[in-house]
Amino acid sequence: MATHKLANPVAIVGMACTEFGEHWGRSVDDLLVEATHGALAATTGVGLDDVDAFWLGSMVSGVSGLTLTRPLNISHKPVTRVENMCATGSEVFRNACYAVSSGAYDVVMAVGGEKLKDFGFSGLEMPHVPNDGTAPNLSAPAMYSMIVPSYARRYGVSEAEVKEAMTHIAWKNHSNGAINPRAQFRKEMSKETIAAAPALAGSLSVFDCSGVADGAAAAVIVRAEDAHLYSDRPLYVHALAMDAGSGTGRNDSDYDYSELSEAAVSSRAAYEQAGISDPATEISLAEVHDCFTPTEMVLMEELGFSARGQAWRDVLDGRYDRDGALPVNVDGGLKSFGHPVGASGLRMLFEMWLQFRGEAGERQVSDPSFGLVQNQGGSPGDLVSAVTIVSDRRP
Amino acid sequence: MVGIASYAVYLPSARLDRADVVATLGAGRGRGVRPVASYDEDTTTMAVGAARGALRAGGAVDSLWFATSRPAYLEKSNAATVAVAAGLPVATAAYDVGGALRGGVGALRAALAAGSAVAVCADIRFGLPGSADETDGADAAVALVVGPDPVAELVGSASVTTEFLDRWREPGSPRTRTWEDRFGVEEYVPLVTQVVEDLLSSCDVSRDALDHVVLSLPHARARATLAKGFGAERLVTSSAGYAGAADLGLQLAAAFDAAAPGALVLAVGAADGADALLFRMTDRHVPTPAVERPTHPVSYADFLTWRGLLPREPARRPDVKPPVPPASRRTRDWKFRFEGAQCVACGYRNLPPRQVCLRCSAQGPFEQVSMIEVPGRVATHTDDWLSESVQLPAKVVAVDFDGGGRFEFEMADAVGRDIAIGDAVEPTFRVASVAANGVRNYVWKVRPAADATASERTE
Repeated sequence: MATHKLANPVAIVGMACTEFGEHWGRSVDDLLVEATHGALAATTGVGLDDVDAFWLGSMVSGVSGLTLTRPLNISHKPVTRVENMCATGSEVFRNACYAVSSGAYDVVMAVGGEKLKDFGFSGLEMPHVPNDGTAPNLSAPAMYSMIVPSYARRYGVSEAEVKEAMTHIAWKNHSNGAINPRAQFRKEMSKETIAAAPALAGSLSVFDCSGVADGAAAAVIVRAEDAHLYSDRPLYVHALAMDAGSGTGRNDSDYDYSELSEAAVSSRAAYEQAGISDPATEISLAEVHDCFTPTEMVLMEELGFSARGQAWRDVLDGRYDRDGALPVNVDGGLKSFGHPVGASGLRMLFEMWLQFRGEAGERQVSDPSFGLVQNQGGSPGDLVSAVTIVSDRRP
Repeated sequence: MVGIASYAVYLPSARLDRADVVATLGAGRGRGVRPVASYDEDTTTMAVGAARGALRAGGAVDSLWFATSRPAYLEKSNAATVAVAAGLPVATAAYDVGGALRGGVGALRAALAAGSAVAVCADIRFGLPGSADETDGADAAVALVVGPDPVAELVGSASVTTEFLDRWREPGSPRTRTWEDRFGVEEYVPLVTQVVEDLLSSCDVSRDALDHVVLSLPHARARATLAKGFGAERLVTSSAGYAGAADLGLQLAAAFDAAAPGALVLAVGAADGADALLFRMTDRHVPTPAVERPTHPVSYADFLTWRGLLPREPARRPDVKPPVPPASRRTRDWKFRFEGAQCVACGYRNLPPRQVCLRCSAQGPFEQVSMIEVPGRVATHTDDWLSESVQLPAKVVAVDFDGGGRFEFEMADAVGRDIAIGDAVEPTFRVASVAANGVRNYVWKVRPAADATASERTE
């Protein structure tokens, strides 16, 4: 098995991200138009007609590339819709980058958007395949809550200590989101309030779960060698990795629910592409998939930021706080943004766009070297994970 | 010689305290508890529990006769579901004796006439809040295997049939209506007296020779009047309540449990007529005291919710999706018989069965293995307040089966229970959900394992 860095490096020369939230007054068309026009406006002179091809990410808000062409009145262009569960936003970007790197196109766009608040549920409505009814019926928080007793047992930590780390993650991400004008929730929450909330699933309360929101984000991608034609400060892609597990963990008695190996495998592939040997020190900031707080905790180990069994302690020590050694989800994460599936991976990347351009305001991380985006779909034992590494330095 | 070769009783684990009903309604009187089918049980699933117990001890049967007054489906055979989930081979005839209370005795007589058969009777008893059917009913199932080497030989039987309206219910209605109490007493007592005299004289047995007497009547006052003619010490009594179509079989099982070899057991059922059956215990019979599984209380509010009499606001979640018939048919051995695929190459049990082994990627061959008797333990667990289950929080467990195999389940019979990693569980056939189109999603779940001595009563 081989995974290589891009033969022809690529760069982002324009990005945009809508406000995420309960957009009762806006359709998915409205959100896609704002993100697409916004990303083009952030470039130096790229217009809609200059884009050779588009990739659109949406899980439940529309099918086919026409979901993008109709509202934008794009005609006679190659437009592809991409879906890979909650990692859709990263998959749109990865496939668009390959198209440029291959030489097939000069300028492409990756656009992701989702309209969830028209479903009327406090959760995701997954596309339904008719079946025999025997698949276990668990809510997403319930599936991820299984991490907690397994992690505690595996590392000899009390569930109370794990919950304390979870509370810290919720507190941190809410605190980061409070200073992000695009976030759905912009309010600091005290640890006391978070810890006292009633359980929704296992030891997870509403504060341990990402919200449900509408939103869209977009990126304009060109060859790295051309990047300065379209942007004074392009963001270069150093790694694109994706790992789909066999999806059998939930039927395998060897599987431990505290293990998200797809995240580990995809990050190792990405580190190899980027030439990173010690991610804990070489990554300056990370946007990771904090769909639920125990997910973020375990990801710190899977991504190589914390030693096995130590993430809960590193979290509590503030290592991943905004002023910590490795700020994680400095934009507020899924926790503050909610999770419009097709957009989230691009929303994470948008924070990197701001950070490497020095435009992140109060959230600005000083002098970042590498930024990592990890975006996943599914549940423990049944997962896809995408990792993207970017920098303002050309590969 | 034909008779009962083996038998088993299935009692659901929930118990409703009758005092809770009185306290809530501020009327009536009642003491003791009654067994209650859980939110994920129906007459079909309880029948599977009883049939499995009886068939485990008995021999092969050619036919299955399933009686209930609350069939889960009409038109579609519930007996077929019971036969398949109970593990009977495809060459078994399965028939529904549905609707009337008297079908319970009817199924037993049909099985006895067939000679190699199992009679399965199950019922769920309730009515409007405050009704006698609610406080004095019992949800239960019983299965009696008929074969040539019985523990209870059939000595004789007699029946009378006549038309009168004492109790009636429209299909689907919770409420059973009855005529005035005295009417039933005056009509039932002479009928029962007649059928008992007919039977005993035809068998040349005197009343005094009877060792155990079962009187199964939906009419409590008629039963009380008739009981005086037999003597309290011989009469099988149950505090559980009247179990409808399963009542005669349930009491018969209790009588067998207590009877010594050679004992004569008379069973009388009266509903729209009367039936009497006389059994003599054979030397094969070993009296066994009834052992009950652990029980747990159910609140009156939950009881009403489970019976659909107290609809509650559900979680804001998408509607329940029904299983589709072709998919359920394709996977019927997995869905209804809980058979996994054991990889011949590596030995791992794939749950559900698949084309490619999840452990070693071998593309078969697989051996089809039943998981129903395989002990399992909780690998991890959670409480799900966002589940589509009727009962929140849903107790969700990942279970590892001894010798390999993992599957996740909503644990049954676990209301209010603290679950720990390592807890022993055992499979049980249940209804996962009922969709808007009326399709009942039958699945195998797990429940807390009975301890070593508390298995279902099995002869």
